[in-house]
Amino acid sequence: MALDTADYRKREESITYAAETAGQGQTHELLTLNIGPHHPATHGVLRLLATLEGEVVRDIKPIIGYVHTGIEKTAEQKSYWKVIPVIERMDYLSYYFNAMAFCGAVETLVDVEVPPRAQYLRVIHLELNRIMSHLVWLGTSALDLGAISMFWYCFRERETILDLFEMSSGQRMHTRYFQVGGVIEDIPRGFATKLRKFLADMPTRADQYADLLEKNQIVLERLRGICPLDEETLLKIGVTGPLLRAAGNPWDLRKAAPYSSYDKFEFKIPVGTVGDNYDRYRVRHAEIYESVKIISQALEGLPEGPYITPDRKIALPPRHELATSMEALIHHFKLVTEGFRVPAGEAYYPIEGPRGELGCFVRADGSAKPARVHMRDPSFVHLQALEPMVKGAYIADLIATLAMLDPILGGIDR
Amino acid sequence: MPDATGLELTAHELRDHSAESILGTDFQRGRAVLLAAPDHITDVLAALMGKGYTFLASLHGVDYYPEEPRLGVLYELLDMHEVDRITVKIRVGIDDPRVPTATGLFPGAEFPEREVYDMFGVVFDGHPDLRRILMPEDFEGFPQRRDFPVGGEPVLFTFNEEQSYGKWQ
Repeated sequence: MALDTADYRKREESITYAAETAGQGQTHELLTLNIGPHHPATHGVLRLLATLEGEVVRDIKPIIGYVHTGIEKTAEQKSYWKVIPVIERMDYLSYYFNAMAFCGAVETLVDVEVPPRAQYLRVIHLELNRIMSHLVWLGTSALDLGAISMFWYCFRERETILDLFEMSSGQRMHTRYFQVGGVIEDIPRGFATKLRKFLADMPTRADQYADLLEKNQIVLERLRGICPLDEETLLKIGVTGPLLRAAGNPWDLRKAAPYSSYDKFEFKIPVGTVGDNYDRYRVRHAEIYESVKIISQALEGLPEGPYITPDRKIALPPRHELATSMEALIHHFKLVTEGFRVPAGEAYYPIEGPRGELGCFVRADGSAKPARVHMRDPSFVHLQALEPMVKGAYIADLIATLAMLDPILGGIDR
Repeated sequence: MPDATGLELTAHELRDHSAESILGTDFQRGRAVLLAAPDHITDVLAALMGKGYTFLASLHGVDYYPEEPRLGVLYELLDMHEVDRITVKIRVGIDDPRVPTATGLFPGAEFPEREVYDMFGVVFDGHPDLRRILMPEDFEGFPQRRDFPVGGEPVLFTFNEEQSYGKWQ
């Protein structure tokens, strides 16, 4: 296929090149600046085509797809339980959430009940993951604003969380801990003690982050009143999560449509007022405290019972049964080779991820492999809000706003 | 989710407005689906918006191979006040898949529609900037279609570089 430069321009024709009037019959010259795809401030492999007038952003086009790996296509080739590890790699900072959305959709389709203990264990890991995701966001965002020490402090706490993940599942990232019908294993001995210590420490650590950042005049001036976007525009674009809550809308699926026993816990939804960068920072920072509260309630109220559904057609039998029970061996063989079959149908399962509504659509055709898996990733939708946010702002504020948007390119490109 | 009766009532109301706009309803496992006619999708979405489903949670494509018409576009709508979800589904054939855009009602549909175009080849009429979004802009074919082979991407070496789709003349 022959392509010349004119054709290439045509593909980018939605970019504004129009000159701005400067008065007295003069016009400002506009500069098109390419940022990325490899740039430390773009939080991944994101390319931004910015049209600048001096230092002011007049137009911005995000160009994505550089880390598109076709996970949705790959998922169609694998049996349901083998999809979990690939789907966890979409948004690589919220792997438990990806697995939860997918397992939830499949559980809706096969109509299996998740035991209460598994639901609580899921909540513990989901909220730990939320704290971990917010810590990475806080560390890297502060880095974008020039505060390098925040990065070390945030990653110190993140290490503790990753150690906990390693204890419960053997992996630090992409743990494959959530299974259809429950979780793969119960938490090991010593996990609760270590988690309690973390929960006791974390609020103090979060206080320290606030002390470091919120009394710093440079940080405040970089965040306060910068690039606000009102609730109405955000809703039209489809923005959810901390960005919407920062604008004053307390929409949170954990409260609005509770899943996985979230209705059993007491927690608050932090909201902002004007929806500027400072509110976005404050909302996420406050969510860390709320997640700590949820985890301690889930840990103290952890019910006894099985950690995965006893339905042998879906969940693997315990290892020790294989030596004594012929049936367990058959079930194990069937599950490992073919996997379980899911009755035909469609399901959309939305959950509240660290960045917003994470919804997994699964279409089953009756076989052991999904016919379609689609992840509604919040970062993908939120990237559209970048343009209305930064239009007319300084290019330095563009970097700060992009950091506060918290896009994860693995989730955007999938 | 509206229950099965609520879904029928909604379908009736929409049919009163325009008789051929709703082709059918489907209620399974608590999921309410309205099957709409592709030409009337904007009216259906606008009517549902008026009923409170003002938030487009997700827009995605599905290939129903081997069923006909093959392609489907699904709009997951959300009513944030009643905490109620409804799905609008349209089906288009593979030969000339054309659907009016929903970006006029939901500006946030821009990227998702580009993704559906990129992956399934559904053309959204009136879309402000319909280009490929995830695949390279000179890519040929629609990779999420069920008949698109997996692993069909050749590994590029110097000897076969001339045959690659991305080779600019």
